[in-house]
This record gives sequence, structure tokens and C-alpha cells, in this order.
Amino acid sequence: MKKRVVSVLLAAIFIASIFTFAGCSSSGSKSDVIKIGFIGPTTGDAAIYGTSARDGAMLAVGEINSAGGVDGKQLELIAYDSKGDQTEAINAYNRLRDQDGVVAVIGGTLSGETLAMKDIMVQDKMPVLSPTATAVDVTVDAPNIFRVCFLDSYQGAAAANFSADTLGAKTAALLIGTGNPYSEGVSAAYQSAFVAKGGTIVGSESYGTTDKDFSAQLTKIKEMNPDVVFVPDYVQTVGPIMQKAKELGITSTFIGADGWDGVQVDYADAAQGNYFTNHYAADSPSATVQNFIKAYNTKYTKVPNSFSALGYDAAYVMAEAIKTAGSTESAAIITALSATDYPGVTGNLKFDAQGDPKDKEVTIIKIDGGQLKFVTTVVNK
Amino acid sequence: MNLFLQQVINGLNVGSIYALIAIGYTMVYGIIKLINFAHGEIMMFGAYFAFIAATSFQMPVWAILVLVMTIMAIIGVVIEFVAYRPLRNAPRLSALITAIGVSLFLQNLALLIFKPEPKIMPKLFPEMTVSIGGIDISSTTLITIGLSLVFMVLLDLYIRKTKQGRAMRAVSEDKDAAILMGVNVNRTISLTFALGSALGALGGILYSVAYIQIYPTMGVMPGLKAFIAAVLGGIGIVPGAMLGGFIIGMVETLTKAYLSTTWADAIVFGILIIVLLFKPTGILGKNTREKV
Amino acid sequence: MDKNKRRAYMINTIAIITLYLAFFILIQTKTMNKYFIGIAILTCIMIIMAMSLNIVAGFLGEMALGHAGFMAIGAYSSASFSIALFNSGIILPDLVVLILAMIVGGTMAGIFGILIGTPTLRLRGDYLGIVTIGFSEIIRIFFINFQPTGGAAGLKGITRLVNFNNVYWITIVIAILIFTFGRSKQGRAIISIREDEIASESAGVPTTRYKVLAFSLAAFFAGLGGALYAHYIAFLEPSKFNFMFSIEMFVIVVLGGLGSLTGSIISAIVLTILPEMLRGFAQYRLLVYSLVLIIMMIFRPQGIFGRTEFSLTGAIDILILRKNTKKSVGGGKS
Repeated sequence: MKKRVVSVLLAAIFIASIFTFAGCSSSGSKSDVIKIGFIGPTTGDAAIYGTSARDGAMLAVGEINSAGGVDGKQLELIAYDSKGDQTEAINAYNRLRDQDGVVAVIGGTLSGETLAMKDIMVQDKMPVLSPTATAVDVTVDAPNIFRVCFLDSYQGAAAANFSADTLGAKTAALLIGTGNPYSEGVSAAYQSAFVAKGGTIVGSESYGTTDKDFSAQLTKIKEMNPDVVFVPDYVQTVGPIMQKAKELGITSTFIGADGWDGVQVDYADAAQGNYFTNHYAADSPSATVQNFIKAYNTKYTKVPNSFSALGYDAAYVMAEAIKTAGSTESAAIITALSATDYPGVTGNLKFDAQGDPKDKEVTIIKIDGGQLKFVTTVVNK
Repeated sequence: MNLFLQQVINGLNVGSIYALIAIGYTMVYGIIKLINFAHGEIMMFGAYFAFIAATSFQMPVWAILVLVMTIMAIIGVVIEFVAYRPLRNAPRLSALITAIGVSLFLQNLALLIFKPEPKIMPKLFPEMTVSIGGIDISSTTLITIGLSLVFMVLLDLYIRKTKQGRAMRAVSEDKDAAILMGVNVNRTISLTFALGSALGALGGILYSVAYIQIYPTMGVMPGLKAFIAAVLGGIGIVPGAMLGGFIIGMVETLTKAYLSTTWADAIVFGILIIVLLFKPTGILGKNTREKV
Repeated sequence: MDKNKRRAYMINTIAIITLYLAFFILIQTKTMNKYFIGIAILTCIMIIMAMSLNIVAGFLGEMALGHAGFMAIGAYSSASFSIALFNSGIILPDLVVLILAMIVGGTMAGIFGILIGTPTLRLRGDYLGIVTIGFSEIIRIFFINFQPTGGAAGLKGITRLVNFNNVYWITIVIAILIFTFGRSKQGRAIISIREDEIASESAGVPTTRYKVLAFSLAAFFAGLGGALYAHYIAFLEPSKFNFMFSIEMFVIVVLGGLGSLTGSIISAIVLTILPEMLRGFAQYRLLVYSLVLIIMMIFRPQGIFGRTEFSLTGAIDILILRKNTKKSVGGGKS
């Protein structure tokens, strides 16, 4: 008898939840608020990237609103956690579009999640501006998707050019994270560019995404004794790699890509004397950069990393586009986005036909004494 | 040749950690026929507590080891009492599902308390590179292998020479007979969990010193592999777990070095499947027929 | 046909059609937007996954912890098939393509079910569990490395053939198929193996053959679920089909009751909708799941419905006529 009651009760809950659920459809958006969505990992392994980008965007939105908003209307940034999972990202996007009624999206943060949402976004013709997704495919055949950051292929080539020209490296080894489109993409570009400059790739080792033990691969690399070792991956992976390399007594210089930003916090010793490509340098003399850093520090009592800067720029570019468009119609915003010409923290932002930034400067950073020091900028021609 | 020996050392390093964790699995399985899925989480919490002891309290290494191993031993006993003892006579499926539940619970508890961002384990041992016969070995590696061997030998002596050790073996072989012989089964099982968890915690500490990062899900993969090691060596047999641990460590490292990094995990799982299909009692195991 | 049975079929059919009409109206009047429809579709897919897992975990009573692997096989093979079909220029109506893709996915998964099941099902409970985990991990690692399906970067460009209309009816059909199987001769034989393997062997049941049948049938339906998943999300990545996903499906079945198909259905619905509704508490979700799992196992190991089925007819009877009719699959105790 008790079980019968339980089962009937459950059935009732089920039916009730369907109807409450169905009843909860999106309320009409207030006409004096412009809603923009944000998608990125704010929990999980890649949490640092999503959180930084979101914080940068929030700072920008706050500043824009204090200055009067866009055409007198206030901006609202609605941020959802993708948890670094592609299905989660798709759910988050659907929710932003249907429940919250956003007019544009700043996201995804990681390349993987952006690619997962790409088809739906293209179908919806939603204006999308990714602050940090660097995989080439993101903007291919997607007239409504733009990005603020340079591409994997672009920064890989820049790193190679720097290695060959400035460091004078003749031999290089690659350490690639298989299963990580970012790592695979950047190293492929590095390889072509390095070889084009006359260098030799003496070896290429790989590791899996969940691997923590790099001794086997690094031992082989030590044997090869290359001038430089190129390891484009995120802080939580490259930190331990460089630590292990130091333990094994590897003397080659390590080069990385923008995922390294923040490595100086926990791995200063291991990363000493190594370089990576980045979107901006905190010690750059530019007033735009310094103002941004001051504002960010005031609001969050933290020093911004490049993901924060990119999120900041993305929010401003989107706001500018909405202002230029003079409406929240997606077609108008998209047209305005393609005509962007904005001096951002991470450089001057102009988009090419594909939706990628044109001729953007790649900053080379050196890790020295636990600090990030600006070295030079590279523009691939 | 040097390169090969270097890789062998790498294999021994990770293998000794797997061996320490595998011992915990094998002892628990031997005595109550349960795969303690939560053992990987014991290893993880051991690492976290060591981290706290090292960074917040700046305790010396030996104190950290003693303290953390004791704490985790106690926690292991508590888990057995709360989650497994009520199911001592329940169908195996229920106990197994509970073990999975405990494992998930501990992982998410750690996630909530410590947050997902990895913590960096400070260097507990003096950092030096020792050169033996042309091969460079880091002091961390030597200490890892050394400590593991010491504790494994101590445990083996304990099981073989002491009265409690004999009691543990007795309960593993035939619980009812052991009761008739006057063995306090509950106390023996608790002791098993305590010892297994202590060693698992040590494995966790050594793992985090070697691989630097501590995060809530760090116990899943090593736990799974250590379990495979225990099965490989002969589940329920402590020397088997040690042997299995070293073999799995070597296979994994040499596969990464000479075959392919991405298939290394698959090959380790493949070994498990082959062992279970053809010699489920493992390398050191005896053949037992299932009675009707 | 027995008068009670006829009545039961009528009531259930009316209920199914009414439910569909309810959804239809909600969708047409836009009360239910794309976001909710998406959740509903995912729920249907998880219902299929839970019911399929119940065949081997519930009816057969074995610990199958690698279900995500079969779903992956179904997803990838069906997606490859439909992509190839679209590229070849043959024009077929969407529903036909979906059905064909599902058959491809299900069959591939089923074949692997036979291949994996035959040697593996000799093992006992815990070992079987670990081996299924092992196979599932190997499948996942395979897809990470298999470049023709995109490798780790994933498979894009799958046509979204699934919408609520077709997935609802497909789910109903699959549910009916599995229910019928449960009451068939083979279904009962499998349940008898769970109850007492040696006794049923002595009674002449070819145990190995039926064990493999249960395993591969579960794999087949998992493949169907995978195919639907692929053609809804329209993007596949190997990391989705990991050990945690297998565990989540297993938890759904355990909570609903091992051996109760209606239990699996309701559990799947609750455990798919609840996390979405409680997005704010997402970080506590797994903590609560695991705690519920432990408490369930200690105090009510048979799950909410145990081995019996929730009967709509029975419930109506109680509410209206107070008659004590009960339906159960395989004669489990309530």
C-alpha cells in the first residue's frame, strides 16, 4: 500500500513538473535593457579561463553602463558556466537564447565548446563574438561568428618566427597534447612555419589529456637535445611539464602559446627563462593597457591575465557594434561587427572577411623572476 | 641503452606508487570480497591533508607522513563502519554500488571543500639529481621507490609474523572458521581498512610530490590502474599487488616511450581484460573452483 | 483477449496519446520553447538508455558499467552513415534517414555487444563490472584516436534529424519492445538466470546464450539511443562517453529499481529534468546523487519501484475502484 502511494505520488510530481516547467517560459524582456550572453567554463579544469574572460567582460559592461549605456539603454551580461563540457555549452546557449532572450553572445571561451555550438549559432544567425576561441574552424562558413583573439595558426607561426629569428634556434622538438584541438592546432602551425624558416623538427612527442606523468616523453626529448621545445597547452599541464623537465635536467628553452598565461604564479621556478605568445603584456607602456589594469585591479583586487583583457575587449566591441547598428536586430549587429575598428587593450581590432582579426600583433612574453616581461611583438606577414 | 634504463627508472617510479595503492585494494578485497571503489579517494584526501600540513602548518616531512597516514587510516575505518558494515550480508551488487556511491561522494566533497583549481604540492624532499652509472635520477624518484619498498616490506612482515596479521589471513580464507577460532572479525576488518588506507594515503602523498598537482579527481585514474595492478598480481595477495603495481607502471611507461602515448591507457585496460579472461586469479593466484 | 488485459491496453494507449497531445499543444502554442523541447528530447533519449541498461543490470542482474561505450558506438556509426548518405546525394525523407541511421547504430552496437559479451559473461559480478569499464574506456580511447570520425576534436556536420515528434514516438515504440521482451519466453529465462543461475541451467536454460542475448540486446538499444543523441546534438566528442556517464546511467537505473522498466522511465525523467531546474545548485548535484545512492543501498536497495512495474491501470483502479490488481514483470516481490 505504501509503495502504491509512493508511485502515484511520483507520477503526480512528474506531471506537475512538466506543467510548471512548461509554464516557466521566458517573460518578455524589458525594453530598456539589452541582454548579452556569456558562455565559458567557470568551474572545472579550465575554470581560470572562463572566470577571467567573464570578469573582463563584466568590468567592461559596468564601465559602459556607468557612461550611460548603449543608446541610453543599460547592458546586462548573463553568464552561464559551460563546465568545459560541450553538451553543457549547448544547453547554456539554448537557455540564453530561449529563456533569457539575449541579442548577442560573447562566447564560447574554449575552442572545443565553441565548435560544438557553432552549427546552432549559425542556424540562429545569432551575433557571436568569441573572446578567446583560437581554433581555425570557429569562423569558417560562419558569417555571424567573429573572434577577438588571433588564431591558433597565427600564433603558432608567430612563435616559430620568434624562435628562428630572435632566438636563433635551428632545432626544435614538439610536445603535443593529443585530444586537445588547441594544442594540436598551434603545434601544427609552428611546425610548418619553423620548417619554412629552415629549422628542423628533431622530434614530436605527445601525451593524453588526462596524463600527468610526462617522464617518458621528456626523457626522450632530453635525448634529442633540441634548441627549443614547443609546448602549447594550458597552465595546469605545462607547469608540471616544465617542472619535470627541470628535474630531468633538460636545458632547452621552452616556448609556449597563450594558454601559458598565469604560469608564473605557481611555476615561476620551473618556467624561468622561457617564452610564450600572448595577447598583451601587463608591462606595456600603452595608456589603454595601464588604465584597464588599474580598473580591473580596483574592482577585483587581482591582476588581469590576457583572457580578462580579451573578455574586456569583446564586450566593448559588441557594445560598439550594437550602438553603430542602432538596433538589436541580429542582421544589423552582424553588419556593424564586420565594420569594427576599435582600439582595444589587446591591440587594434579590425575583422577580415572570415571574422578573424586582421594583422593583429602577437606579444612575446618572457618569464623572468616570477614576472611576465614584455619582449617584442611579432606580426606575421 | 641509457635511454632504456632511464625509462625503466621512470616506470619503477610510477609503479611503486601504483603498488602502494594496489595493496589497499587487494587487502580489502581479500577480506570482505569488496572492490573498494573509494580507495582512490583515500589517496586523494591523503594528498590534500599533506598539502594542508605542509603549507598551513609547515610541518616537517616525517611528521606529515605520520599524521596524514594516521588520519586516513581512521577515515578508512569510519567509511567501513558507516557504509560497508551495514551491507556485510547484502548481495554483492548492493555493496559494490555503495562503494561507487562513497567514491562519488568523496570526490564531490573534495570538490566543494577545496575547489576544482589544482593545488600545488610544495617540494617535501630535498631536490637533487643523482647520477648513477650515467643515468640521472632525481632524489624524489629515489625516495618514492625507497619509501614504497620499505613500507611494503614492513606490511608483508606484519601480515606474516604477527598475530593480527594471521587473523587477517584467517578471515580472508574462511570467515566462519575464523569466528569459531575466536578471531574478532569486526576488529580485524577495521584493521585491514586502516592499514590499506594508510598505505593508500602514502601513495597519494608521493604521487602529489612527483606530479605536483592535487585536485579532487586525481584518485580516479591511478585508483583504477592500481586496481588493475592488484588483479594482475593476484587479488587478495599482498605480494601480488606489489608485483602487479610495478608491472603496470613499467608497461605504461614503456608503452608511452616506445609505442604510443595515447594507447598506453588502452593497453593497460587490455591487460586487465586478458588477465580476467584467461587467468582471473592473477599471476600469483592459486586456481580455485567455484563450488556449487 | 482477457478482459482485464484489453482494458489495460486501452487505458495505456489513451494515456500515451493524451500525453502526446498535451505536449503537441504546448509546443504549438509556444508555451514550451526550444529550450524545454531540448530538455524533453534529452529526457526521451535517457529513458531509452536507462531501459536498455535495465535489461542487463535489472533483468539479468549483472553489473554493466560500460554502457556509455555502446552508446558511443551507436552514435558514431549512425552519424557516419547519415553523413555518408547525405554526401552521396541520395534523397530520402528525413525520418527514413533517421530510422536507417538508428538501425545502423543499433546493429553495430549489438554486434559489439555479442563480441564483448561472449568472452566476458563468464565472469562474476565485480569482475564483470571492471571489465565492462575497461572495454568502455578502450572504446573511448579508440574514438579519440580514430581520425575518420574527427578524433579528439569530434565529429561535426551531423544533420539534426531528431525533433520532439519523432523522438517521442520512437521512445514509445522502444519502450513497448523492451516491455514485451521482458515478458517473453526469453525475457523470463533471463530473469530466471538472475534468480538462480545454477537452478535454471539445470532446468535446461542455455545460460550462456541468454546472457549474451541480454547483453547484446541492451547494447543494441543503447546504440539506438546513441544514434538519437548524435542526430540531436549534431556534434560528437569522445570525452562525452566516459566512465562518469556510464555511472550516471547506472545510478538512474538503480534508483528507479533494478528490474522495473517504469522505474527506469520515471527515474530518467526526474534525473534529467531536476539538474536543469536546479541549475543554481549544480555544484551539489553529484554530492546529493552519491549520498542518495548510499542511503538507498543501505535502506532500500531495490530502488523506488523494486522489481515491479508501476501500472497506470492499477493506479486508476485504486483511485476509482479500490481493486487490488497488480502487474509485475517476471514475478518479482513487491
